[in-house]
Amino acid sequence: MTTAVEDVSTESNGVKRPELIGLGALVGAGALLVAVGTRLLTGPFAIIGLSLVFASILALVVVAVTGTPESRRKIAPYGLLKPGMLWLALFYLAPLFTLLRLSLSTLPSRFAVDAEFDWNFGNYAEAFTDFGPQFQRAFLYAGIATVLTIAIGYPLAYVIAFRGGKYRTLLLGLVVIPFFTSYLIRTIAWRSLLSDQGQFMSVINTLQLDWLLETLQIMDDGRLINTPAAVIFGLTYNFLPFMILPIYVSLEKIDVRLLDAAKDLYSTSTAAFAKVVVPLSIPGIFAGTLLTFIPAAGDFVNSLYLGSPNTTMIGNSIQDQFLVQNNVPLASAMSFVLMFIITVFVLIYSKFFGTEDLA
Amino acid sequence: MSVPTSTGGRIARIALNAYAGLALLYLFIPIIWIVAFSFNEPKGNYNVEWQRFTLGNWADPFGDEALTSAFVESLKIAAISTMVATVLGSMIAIALARYRFKGSGGLNFFLVLPLTTPEIVLGSSLATLFLDWDITRGFTTVVIAHVMFQVSFVALTVRARVRGFDWTLEQAAQDLGASPLRTFWKVTFPLILPGILAAALLSFALSLDDFIITLFNAGSLVTFPLYINGSFRVKFPPEVNVLASVILIVSVALMLGGTLWGARGRRKTTA
Repeated sequence: MTTAVEDVSTESNGVKRPELIGLGALVGAGALLVAVGTRLLTGPFAIIGLSLVFASILALVVVAVTGTPESRRKIAPYGLLKPGMLWLALFYLAPLFTLLRLSLSTLPSRFAVDAEFDWNFGNYAEAFTDFGPQFQRAFLYAGIATVLTIAIGYPLAYVIAFRGGKYRTLLLGLVVIPFFTSYLIRTIAWRSLLSDQGQFMSVINTLQLDWLLETLQIMDDGRLINTPAAVIFGLTYNFLPFMILPIYVSLEKIDVRLLDAAKDLYSTSTAAFAKVVVPLSIPGIFAGTLLTFIPAAGDFVNSLYLGSPNTTMIGNSIQDQFLVQNNVPLASAMSFVLMFIITVFVLIYSKFFGTEDLA
Repeated sequence: MSVPTSTGGRIARIALNAYAGLALLYLFIPIIWIVAFSFNEPKGNYNVEWQRFTLGNWADPFGDEALTSAFVESLKIAAISTMVATVLGSMIAIALARYRFKGSGGLNFFLVLPLTTPEIVLGSSLATLFLDWDITRGFTTVVIAHVMFQVSFVALTVRARVRGFDWTLEQAAQDLGASPLRTFWKVTFPLILPGILAAALLSFALSLDDFIITLFNAGSLVTFPLYINGSFRVKFPPEVNVLASVILIVSVALMLGGTLWGARGRRKTTA
C-alpha cells in the first residue's frame, strides 16, 4: 500500500540511515532482552544489556522530538512496533529458549524442583518411546478434525459469501457467537449431550441407530461418550469457526463477474465452481487449516472431557508431566517436539502460501 | 450468482442451503444447552441432567461464593491485559498498515508465530521462564501471559480493519496546518477506533475464556475457567451456566452495537 505521502519521502534524498538504525535498534533490543531473559547475560552484563535496551528507546524519543520530519517518518514504524515486539521477545521468544534448555536438563532426584542443565537428550528419547501413541493420536485426531471442519465449514462459508445478501454480516456474527461462551463450558455441554443419559443417546435409542453407529466406529460398547469419535467431534466443533472465517474472507474477495464470465463461456455451475471458486479460495482453506490443526494438535480439553484414558493426546501428557508429575524437563522435551513438528508444517505452509491471509 | 434454471439445479441449491443451515445449528447446539440449563433445577451437584424449569439460578447468580470470586479475578485479568494489549497491538497494526519499511516482512512473520504456536507450548514455555527466575506464579504472571497472546491477535485484527484506510487524509490535515499529533488524535484515531474497539472486545473474550495458558501460569490463583475445571470432579453448579449466559448476552450486545457504530464510521469515511 504505497501512498503519495510515502513516495515523496523516499524520493527526496536517498538517506537510508534512519531506518537502518531503527531496525537495528529494534532487533538488537529484542535480542538483548532475550539474552537477559534466558540468563545468557547475567550480573553486570545483564545490567549493561538492559541499559542498552533503555538507551535504544530513549534514542527513539530523541529522534521523535528533535529529528527532521524526514527522519521522524522513517523511524516512526520502529517506534510504534517497539513496545509490543519487546513484550513478545521477552515473553514469547525467550521462554522458548528456556523451554529448550530445560528440555535438556536433569532433575537431580525425583522430588527435586530445580533441574540442572547437562545436555541430557534422554528426555527426548523418553518423549518418543513413552509417548509415541499420544503424539500419533494428537496428529491423527487433529488431522481428521481439520478435514471435517472443511467439510462442514466450506459449504457454510460459501452460502454466506454468495447467498447471504444483506444478511451476510448477521450470519457471520452468528458464526462468531460461540467464541463468546467459554470453551470449557461448551465442551462440558457436549459431554452432557453425548453422555449415556444425554439427549443424543435417547434419540439414537428411539431410532435404534446404535448398530449403525457401532459399525461406523462412532459408538463403542453402546456409548457415544469417552470414545475417540467423541474427542474428534469435540475438536471439530471447537475449531470450526477458525475454518469458516478465513474461507469466508477468501470467498468474499472473489469477483462475481468471474463466475458470469465462466457462464458466458458455456461453463456449467459445477465446472465454474471447480475451476474458479475453489482455486481462489485455497488461501482461505490453508489459513483455516493452520488455525484449526495447530490448536487441535496441542489440545487436551476435548480429550479430558469427552475421551477416556485410551484417547489421551500429547497435550494431556504434557499437562500431566508438567503440572502433576512435576517432571518439567520431560514435559519441556515433549512441548518442544510438538512445536518442532508444527513449526516445520508452518514453514512449509508460509513458503508456499504466504502469511498475509492469516489475518 | 445467476439463478439456476433446471429443477436439478434448484434442488441442489436448496440442499446446499439446508446443509449450511445444519452447520450453523451445529455451532449453536451447545450454546442452546448452556442457556437452557441455566434454567434447570439440578438434582445433585451436577447440573448436567434436565430436571425441571426454575428461575432460581438467575435470581441468585452469585450464590456460589468461590465461583463468583474466580469470575471477578477473570474480569480483572481480562480488563488489565486487554488494555495493555490493545495499546501495544494497535501501535504495531498502525506501523504495519501505515508505513513501508525495512524488515516489515520478517516482523510480520514473527507476529504471526504466537498465533500458530499451540497454546500448550505457549503456556508451558512461559511457565519455564517464571520457574527459571523463581517468580511465584499468580495474578501478574497470568496478566503477562494473556497480554502475550493478545498482542498478536489485536495487531492482526486491527491491521485487517485499517487496511482500507485512506492515509492521504492525514496529509490533507497536515497541509491545512495541523501538527502530526493533532492529525492523529483528530483524524486518524476517530476513524480507526471502531476497529480497535472490536479487536479489544474479542481479545477481552479470549482472556476471559483462556484455560490452557492460564493453567500453566496461575499458581494458586483461580480464574473462572480454572474454577470450572478444578471443581468439575465434585460439582458443576447452575450458576456457571448463568454467568456464561450473561457473558454471552453482554458480548453479543456489544458486538451488535459495535457493528452498527462501525457501519456508521465507514459511511463517514467514504462520504
